[in-house]
Amino acid sequence: MYTSADLKKGLKILIDGAPYLITAFDFTKPGKGQALYRTKMRNMINGTMLDRTYRSGETFEPASLEERQMEFLYKEGTHYTFMDQQTYEQVIMEEEAVGDAKNFMLDNLKVDVLLFGEKAIGVTLPNFVNLRVTQTEQWAKGDTSGNDSKPATVETGYTLRVPPFIEEGELITIDTRTGEYSTRVKG
Amino acid sequence: MDQRDRNLYLRANIIAAIREFFRTSNFLEVETPLRIPANAPEEYIDPYCSEGHFLQTSPEVCMKRLLCRGHQRLFQISKCWRRQERGSRHLPEFTMLEWYRTDSDYTGLMSDCETLLSHIASVCDCKGSLNFRGKLLQPTAHALRITVEEAFKRFGGKEMREAVKDGSFDELMVSSIEPALATIDCPVILMDYPREMAALSRLKAKDSPVAERFELYLGGLELANGFSELTNPQEQRLRFAEANQRRLAYGLPQLPMPEPFLSELDRMPDSAGIALGIDRLVMLFTGAENIDEVVAFTPEEL
Repeated sequence: MYTSADLKKGLKILIDGAPYLITAFDFTKPGKGQALYRTKMRNMINGTMLDRTYRSGETFEPASLEERQMEFLYKEGTHYTFMDQQTYEQVIMEEEAVGDAKNFMLDNLKVDVLLFGEKAIGVTLPNFVNLRVTQTEQWAKGDTSGNDSKPATVETGYTLRVPPFIEEGELITIDTRTGEYSTRVKG
Repeated sequence: MDQRDRNLYLRANIIAAIREFFRTSNFLEVETPLRIPANAPEEYIDPYCSEGHFLQTSPEVCMKRLLCRGHQRLFQISKCWRRQERGSRHLPEFTMLEWYRTDSDYTGLMSDCETLLSHIASVCDCKGSLNFRGKLLQPTAHALRITVEEAFKRFGGKEMREAVKDGSFDELMVSSIEPALATIDCPVILMDYPREMAALSRLKAKDSPVAERFELYLGGLELANGFSELTNPQEQRLRFAEANQRRLAYGLPQLPMPEPFLSELDRMPDSAGIALGIDRLVMLFTGAENIDEVVAFTPEEL
């Protein structure tokens, strides 16, 4: 059990059965008055923000969250299925909860799944993934038009800008944190 | 050298300026004991224990006893300690300036605040403007005086009396009134607090619901708390007892009465006293958003 004195940025607590992450926190005590603990929190399931001010002596239940390494198996419609390779347990996450990560996930990719009890609520990707370019305009050797990048589509359907020398069928490394081209994979 | 270490220079200059201001105005600087048998009992202030005694939460008890001994203008810059006060504007150990005068009531202190701010502004060479939290402030301007009742009506969306009764006073101060004060560029004097929030102040009149207490704000930052002093020992003892009763109701320990102070109180002349947070003042003049940036060490760094 947490008390008001434990509240701080980064703490995860349970409110009305949902896990909330404290994104901003301040202690304040208006002249000779009582201590007030002001928080801004984000619902970790649906992303809604909450502003709450608490008094001394209130108690809070910690949100029990777990991060487990799993393998992305496949996508069916809007359901993404992951498997824990130790226990062979499978979890399904909705596309909305997967978010932008869906642009970089290929079958069998190893990821960290955030679990709230039995419910998968988020996924953390490795910083870099390798994906094949499925569509891009050919680069004419000797083209000196001066363009330093061109659009390309990779096998997940995601589009990004790549250097002009990248050809269709090539494997490239993408930084999942920025969604940008990082480097070409040789060989 | 990072910004915090540069701030320490300005801090030193501000403290020197404060001393000069009071000395040239004929205030006597004193040092009173930091470890004392009893602070003034307060509902929401918890002192640190020190082997049967307590660290001071404010020098006021000793300062007032000096007034009882015949001193007329006093000031002190000292460390104070308050348990469990830690936030972007709070430190459990902080530096307080207090000054007392027997030749005026709380309105005299309000003028002192204005002249003190102007003096510090001139020493800091800020050309009359401060940039604080993205807003340009005018520390040398005449302070806007507004009663707590007016502030609640204008910014709080509720009558002050009602907020006291239903317990939402502090929350409304923090959520509505202080943010509104932050939009005002001159110093603001919030005056005439409800008697329930002014245990050591004289009431405006017998049985008045408000007391002669004010708070100085600049840029929405609470800087100082001043009042016309209560000099009736029976009433003071009663107010201390009420504070202890409320502490008991919250499960907080009762605090001992400062007996020598209470027994000398009938000898205290009419006077006014004020406590100003020096760390907060330095925050304003350095543009620091967090009190951590204006002290040499935070408790977490020790």
